[in-house]
Amino acid sequence: MTQATRTLEEHFNRLIEADQRIEPRDWMPEGYRKTLIRQIAQHAHSEIIGMQPEGNWITRAPSLRRKAILIAKVQDEAGHGLYLYSAAETLGVSRAELLDLLHTGKQKYSSIFNYPTLTWADVGAIGWLVDGAAITNQVPLCRCSYGPYARAMVRICKEESFHQRQGFEILYTLSHGTPEQKAMAQDAVNRWYWPSLMMFGPPDEESKHSAQSMAWKIKRHSNDELRQKFVDMIVPQAEALGLTLPDPDLKWNPERGHYDFGLIDWDEFYEVLKGNGPCNRQRMEHRRRAHEEGAWVREAALAYARKQQERVRKEQAA
Amino acid sequence: MTGPLFEYALRLGDDALILAQRLGEWISRAPELEEDVALANIALDLLGQARSLLSYAGQVEGAGRDEDALAYLREERQFRNVQLVELPNGDFARTIARQLFFATYQLGLYQALATSKDATLAGVAGKAVKEVAYHADHATQWTLRLGDGTEESHRRMQEAVDRLWPYTHELFESDELVRGLAAEGVAVDPATLRPAWQEQVTGVLAEATLAVPEDDWRPTGGRRGIHTEHLGYLLAEMQYLPRAYPGAKW
Repeated sequence: MTQATRTLEEHFNRLIEADQRIEPRDWMPEGYRKTLIRQIAQHAHSEIIGMQPEGNWITRAPSLRRKAILIAKVQDEAGHGLYLYSAAETLGVSRAELLDLLHTGKQKYSSIFNYPTLTWADVGAIGWLVDGAAITNQVPLCRCSYGPYARAMVRICKEESFHQRQGFEILYTLSHGTPEQKAMAQDAVNRWYWPSLMMFGPPDEESKHSAQSMAWKIKRHSNDELRQKFVDMIVPQAEALGLTLPDPDLKWNPERGHYDFGLIDWDEFYEVLKGNGPCNRQRMEHRRRAHEEGAWVREAALAYARKQQERVRKEQAA
Repeated sequence: MTGPLFEYALRLGDDALILAQRLGEWISRAPELEEDVALANIALDLLGQARSLLSYAGQVEGAGRDEDALAYLREERQFRNVQLVELPNGDFARTIARQLFFATYQLGLYQALATSKDATLAGVAGKAVKEVAYHADHATQWTLRLGDGTEESHRRMQEAVDRLWPYTHELFESDELVRGLAAEGVAVDPATLRPAWQEQVTGVLAEATLAVPEDDWRPTGGRRGIHTEHLGYLLAEMQYLPRAYPGAKW
């Protein structure tokens, strides 16, 4: 390491220690850059793939108000994807490269979106549980050490908390509706509860990137801490909904001041991560098809832009 | 029985509702993320217009039907939208051609309707005019890019224009009902919108290096509930939950 690099690194470390933000033009260790690119890109991919399970219900939403809210939500997700790709681009990669990595399976997206939305109540369960877990994960990211990511998260979290309330409201309406509707809501919660707990990632002792990410203040809390926080939040909300969580080991632990909960099926988690969940292939095919079938449109836009530039250039020359 | 004002609000509301439903199918399938956002945005605007118009129709009718009763519990033969909006999305060019034709029509319509003697219709139109101007601009920009882009995009855009052109005639059909309401200063006679529409659309097509079709086939019937075979499937999908759980609230 040269003296110059050492000085840069010391400066970087001082910024991190002082809780200052790292900005795109600042020097940063290569590992920090790579970790952030991976994390932000996968976060962006999750927003984009996450449009599919909910988008699945846009044409079938049971009232015009619900349909409008759902369209607005899925539109927000595309917007979140755009913010996040932009944040990643400040680190020196392009959106096109990142999409390639997604389409070739070299980068991942959140495993939760590999589960199917089978009933209307799933739209509520996704809003309440999946967006709830996302918020728990993402609020601390608003204080992440990398400025562009932290600022993107401030905007995203505002919209996410609105989505979560909407999801809760869908379930509340169903659980206070007809017996069939209540059963539909309970069934959805039964299917989404465990996958949403998996959204926080593997247990701390198995989490590869955690320690370094925490030292760099990219992450502020461990996976298990956040998971616990989430469980503590949703238990009273489930009571308010009049729905149960499918976990016989769930109970208040007065000594810890937290809810104890059951063991997560990590085999299932790793299977889904490997590509063997119920919808992995479908989600990827859908995404790749949209991209491939849109290629001629993107090419047309480029060709038109070139022609326009050429026309302007000729006019100026004349 | 239902009066002319109910029927008129239903026609405009159904146009917006059915096109919103079609655009909703695009979301997560667009060529670019920006287009997922744009198409969702347009769908949302149209859905908003549909909700205002259908709520108003229900109010005018006075039989206790709200926007959802009208959207979800009418059958195909009772829908009043033009056939253009119910046609399948096809490829992106087909969707853009439909948007160009329809948004340009709606822009003229709402501009005129904003001065309606019916305060509700004038209010809905006044608000919608800003949205629809954006829709028309979006479709125009894409018509130019596709028409004057690559050989492939030009071919597809021309094919889309040719394919949908016959369905534009229905947009401008008058009947006794609308002429009556127009005479009272409540509605806009669609026939009066044609010249400006024609000028605008043919101008865009020319700039996009596309030919204006001369096809005079005039499929029609939507305003009388005579639809293409596509609408039945669209409604089966859209309406299935309220039909399966009668009386439930969502």
